[in-house]
Amino acid sequence: MPDTPLIMLENVSKAYRKAKSEISIFDQLNLSIKEGDFVAIMGPSGSGKTTLLNLLGGVDRPTSGTITINGERIDKMSESALSRWRAHTVGFIFQFYNLMPMLTAARNVELPLLLTKLSRKQRRENVMTALKVVGLEDRAKHSPREMSGGQQQRVAIARAIVSDPKLLLCDEPTGDLDRETAGEILSTLQMLNRDFGKTILMVTHDPEAAKYAKSILHLDKGHFVEELVTS
Amino acid sequence: MMKQILSVSWISLRSLPQRLWLSLATILTIAVVVAVLLAFLAMSNGFRKTLEGTGSDDVALILRGGASTELNSVLSREDQAVLETAAGIAKNNGEPMISGELYVVVNGTKKTSGTKVNLPLRGLSEQGIAMRGPVTISQGRLFVPGRNELVVGRALLGEFDGFDLNSTVRFGATDWDIVGVFETGGTVFESELWSDLAGVQNQFNRGSSVQSVRAKLTSPDAIEDLKDFAENDPRLGVDVISEKDYFKEQSQSTSDLILVLGWPLAIAMGLGALAGALNTIYTSVAARARDIATLRAIGFSSLSAFFGTLSESLALSVLGGLLGAAVAWSFFDGLSTSTLGGGFTQVVFSFQLGGALLVQGAILALGIGLVGGFFPAIRAARLPVAMAFSDR
Ligand SMILES: Nc1ncnc2c1ncn2[C@@H]1O[C@H](COP(=O)(O)OP(=O)(O)OP(=O)(O)O)[C@@H](O)[C@H]1O
Ligand SMILES: [Mg+2]
Repeated sequence: MPDTPLIMLENVSKAYRKAKSEISIFDQLNLSIKEGDFVAIMGPSGSGKTTLLNLLGGVDRPTSGTITINGERIDKMSESALSRWRAHTVGFIFQFYNLMPMLTAARNVELPLLLTKLSRKQRRENVMTALKVVGLEDRAKHSPREMSGGQQQRVAIARAIVSDPKLLLCDEPTGDLDRETAGEILSTLQMLNRDFGKTILMVTHDPEAAKYAKSILHLDKGHFVEELVTS
Repeated sequence: MMKQILSVSWISLRSLPQRLWLSLATILTIAVVVAVLLAFLAMSNGFRKTLEGTGSDDVALILRGGASTELNSVLSREDQAVLETAAGIAKNNGEPMISGELYVVVNGTKKTSGTKVNLPLRGLSEQGIAMRGPVTISQGRLFVPGRNELVVGRALLGEFDGFDLNSTVRFGATDWDIVGVFETGGTVFESELWSDLAGVQNQFNRGSSVQSVRAKLTSPDAIEDLKDFAENDPRLGVDVISEKDYFKEQSQSTSDLILVLGWPLAIAMGLGALAGALNTIYTSVAARARDIATLRAIGFSSLSAFFGTLSESLALSVLGGLLGAAVAWSFFDGLSTSTLGGGFTQVVFSFQLGGALLVQGAILALGIGLVGGFFPAIRAARLPVAMAFSDR
């Protein structure tokens, strides 16, 4: 594994222009995360956690500064290049799962593969593999409506890993789940980090959830105020 | 890219049931607009076909100079005598094949609306009947000259009240017996009443004058000889036109008028349907915003969001167009009606739909679908991807 970190933020500022005033979310933020890490990001509401994930996922752009992920500068990429970059570098896991309600679990998981050159047969195999990883191979034909929140989130995780991205970005992945189900999801993430080498950034409000990560970043007033390493 | 577009389209189409009523309303409005347009087109088309199917190019129609229709033309006994000697006219047993005819207006009542309308009563000879191609008496018999008898055209009989076989009609102070029904193969003549020339001249106080003279030509080209003759004879002040051209000209103004009414009406209604389509698709984009943003986060292109949205709009317009065409086809195609022809009298014709007209209906429907989907599709393509992370 090379010494250069997987994620590098240098002097990243992000401000939103609202009416006449400018609201600064980050000012000159620096951050580096090495490949294979599992980082929990905590902080009060409105501190910019989601904004940070958006920047790292190439879904939003910094006002200034550079973002380098996996050796690629994504802050200056064109829209279409960013789309392609997202397709093979990042997997997103959302608080509300964001599954397409009219598609079966398998069809949902297949979506990222539609952007690849894989044949239908290969796609089906990869989908089943991903569903097996999250323990839902027997639910392939079910629609999201027929599944519990925890199961839906596991389908979403399968979708995030099916195209084998290096980086998983999770925004409150257990925010909508009870503690027990949350524990299962977090264990799954832990397993993906440990056994599959996925680098994971996870935003959470819940200190219990953060304990599943290897390290915790506390975001406040646009700065990382401390960096704790859990036992 | 195609896979992306197809799957986004599929997802938006699959989510249609969530906007069932709005989508159905859009389909219906587009269907109504297309049906209305097709009705006008079929009407114009049917009218034009009926008039253009009337008249032959080896029959010349001779009218008073400057008179554009038979109704406001008059030719004297002397004019007729000169015309009998004219060049280019075919002969039968040495006699020129020529037919002086009277064309007078009588009252009738339209069956469908009960309105009073003007109907043409034509006085003509057997020679004149023979000039109208194959004329068949489908019921009863032909009139006997001098007996105030009428035969009624098949189309006129179907569309107007009071002309049933064996009944009697009163025009002015005279009763006329209806003794037969004639057919001329769907031409304008079927919208007429016929009787013998002398009888009509007599009852309508026209003396020996006629309104038009028809002449059988030796060949279609012989009309030039007849025109030369008419121009160079100082006794005549007449216009010569081939019967075919006469009806063509008559058809033009009315069928154009129908189109001039029909297209603007269809476009005005189309704008209403367009507003409905825009509203429906904007609603769809709003409802699918999170799905679209999620797909974009996964890596789907903004182009696929654009076409996925456009395809929903096109699907609605195609369904609306098909429904509209089906309605027009089952309700209007072949529907018989009458309208004022060029001669201030009613012409019976039927709505005629055809491939070319359906293409115009399809263009209108797809136009509504394209424009109605285009702007919402742009919005879909520009949705901020970060929306995928937003709350419900
Ligand atoms: N598109 C936007 N336009 C303007 N302001 C925005 C926009 N997105 C976020 N903000 C603002 O940026 C700040 C940080 O938002 P962000 O969503 O990153 O916070 P967060 O830490 O994720 O909060 P939460 O814990 O509630 O999810 C907030 O004050 C928010 O109002
Ligand atoms: Mg947030």
